[in-house]
Amino acid sequence: MSAILRKMVHELPGALITLLLVGFIVLPIAGVFLWAFAEVWRYPSILPTQWGFRFWGMMLGRADVWEAFRTSLLLSVIVTGLSAIICLPAAYAFARLEFPGKSLLLLSFLTIQAFPKFGLYIAIATIFFSLGLVGTFTGVVVVQLVNTLLLMIWIPVGAFQNVDIRLEEAARDVGAGPIRTFVSVTLPQAGPAIAAALLLTFVGTFYETEGAFLIGAPNIRTMPVLMISLINNQIVVQYGAVLSVLLWVPSFIALLFARKILNARTIAGGVGA
Amino acid sequence: MRDQTRSTLDKLSIDHIVKRFGPSVAVDDVSLSIPTGELVCLLGPSGCGKSTVLRMVAGFEMPSAGRIAIDGEDVGTLPPNRRPTGMVFQGHALWSHMTVAQNIAFGLKLRHLPRATVNQKVAEVLELVGLKGFEHRHPGQLSGGQQQRVAIARCVVLEPKILLMDEPFSALDAHLRVRLREEVRTIQRRLGLTTVFVTHDQEEALTLADRIVVMNAGRIEQIGTPDSIYGRPGTRFVAGFIGTMNMIETRVQGGAARLGPIAIAVDAPEGPVTLAVRPEDFSLVEVGSAGSVAGVVERIIDLGAFRMADIRIDAGLVLKAQIGKGRRIAVGDTLALRPEHLILFGADGTARPAAIPIAA
Ligand SMILES: Nc1ncnc2c1ncn2[C@@H]1O[C@H](COP(=O)(O)OP(=O)(O)OP(=O)(O)O)[C@@H](O)[C@H]1O
Ligand SMILES: [Mg+2]
Repeated sequence: MSAILRKMVHELPGALITLLLVGFIVLPIAGVFLWAFAEVWRYPSILPTQWGFRFWGMMLGRADVWEAFRTSLLLSVIVTGLSAIICLPAAYAFARLEFPGKSLLLLSFLTIQAFPKFGLYIAIATIFFSLGLVGTFTGVVVVQLVNTLLLMIWIPVGAFQNVDIRLEEAARDVGAGPIRTFVSVTLPQAGPAIAAALLLTFVGTFYETEGAFLIGAPNIRTMPVLMISLINNQIVVQYGAVLSVLLWVPSFIALLFARKILNARTIAGGVGA
Repeated sequence: MRDQTRSTLDKLSIDHIVKRFGPSVAVDDVSLSIPTGELVCLLGPSGCGKSTVLRMVAGFEMPSAGRIAIDGEDVGTLPPNRRPTGMVFQGHALWSHMTVAQNIAFGLKLRHLPRATVNQKVAEVLELVGLKGFEHRHPGQLSGGQQQRVAIARCVVLEPKILLMDEPFSALDAHLRVRLREEVRTIQRRLGLTTVFVTHDQEEALTLADRIVVMNAGRIEQIGTPDSIYGRPGTRFVAGFIGTMNMIETRVQGGAARLGPIAIAVDAPEGPVTLAVRPEDFSLVEVGSAGSVAGVVERIIDLGAFRMADIRIDAGLVLKAQIGKGRRIAVGDTLALRPEHLILFGADGTARPAAIPIAA
């Protein structure tokens, strides 16, 4: 009797967490999925009364959807790549070098993040306007880069600090120069965290709306921006749902990929170092 | 106490190097010359600057002053990757994202050797350290001893002119330490590697080294063979640091220092001195014999091959004496000890000539 009670007490937190997860994450997502494939769904019925791909056909048939998808993908790839090239060496410098004003500079990235985004974008937009960057792809790339700074500096700084400096010294010792050491030892050692940062940057850029809208409109339309305009124009739940599922695909693939990288690392890496 | 023998044959010569970290001096005017094929141990208490010396030779730290030359060539300005040195780090520092073979091959590949040569060298060195068949494991899948062997292989495969080892075995258990120490000695001899080995384990230094450099507070206290370091410590510090030593504080009066009833003729000015006697340098004699001190056995520790007895001479003095297995003793016995060999340190801490006890 008491054994059963104990078992229940043990399993209760797990059950609660599962319930919460279902309530707050799974159900809304399931709702979106259902809506994406629903043609008729009226109030008292729990499930759609008529299923179909009508709205999918309508969405995928639109040239602007494909155009926006291409724009978003290209934007995310370019921003993630640029951000990596700029931020990773900077993060390494933050992690390894001591220089005056280091913590102040690090904090400044945090300040940017804490600043109300919309205000910041408007400030940037004014500057971009005089530079002729508003409404250009370059402008959107730059504004997204600003967005990624915090993530791509703070996470890698932590990751690099966790790499035992002796591993780098051992590489220098057997003849590797500083760059070779960074690429062959430091980066792979900090790999999982860096991969996570890259992924978050990619996904974050893909879904970022405010900056893309303020700087890019009306010429550059990313997926989320397009989604907003579609929803604004006609209130059809299915449009939003279909686009959501469409938007969900790349991030889901990215996350699967990340999981694979992370798993491989943890198994292969073991406890050595 | 500085090494003055310096010839063009020296593989490594360290010339009056100093290292300051801000206001503190980590290494203070150290000079050392090592001929080809010699294994030198840097021995000293924690924080005395051993690692810093090694890291300056490897190129990880730049000396604040002084010169380091390998094969007669100044390496002072070369970064670590351009120096012909190889370092085995404390706690192996293997790259956990690479396999054993990749760890070892990394340096070879940087030298643009053909793939076949790389593979052959990796196989040879793994055979040398007894890890054949472990090529495709990751460091995380090896035991501590195996990891350290890979670290040694990673270094040795590049045939460095100088092999540097910084407490390579300090994280391992005692048994493994002894075994790896012997393996290192064998490999070092076979390949004729000039080696600098840092340790704070005196037993390790005494068993491994051709020569030992005893360091204290950034300076060299003494350089010598294990024999001479143990048998003829040049300073009070070395005497107290290496092995077990009875350190007897006494005074010089009228040209002689007294140890109980024993008078020892010394060449030292009047004042405090320290007499140092190894436990094995006492012989047991009849109570009342000339040149002996008597005391009561307070404690006996059986160390297997022999016993160590604490013998109380008087209120302020307990001597440790090594007693052979054949002799029956018990706590409470009165024994007489005669020092057969002793060393005297003056007030400045350096050894001074002293005559073996003359009269009771
Ligand atoms: N990068 C550094 N910055 C400042 N001080 C340092 C640095 N490296 C070493 N020191 C100081 O220099 C002194 C010598 O250090 P070192 O590491 O050479 O000692 P060690 O003899 O190797 O000691 P251990 O046996 O504990 O390893 C120490 O007082 C240490 O605090
Ligand atoms: Mg050290």
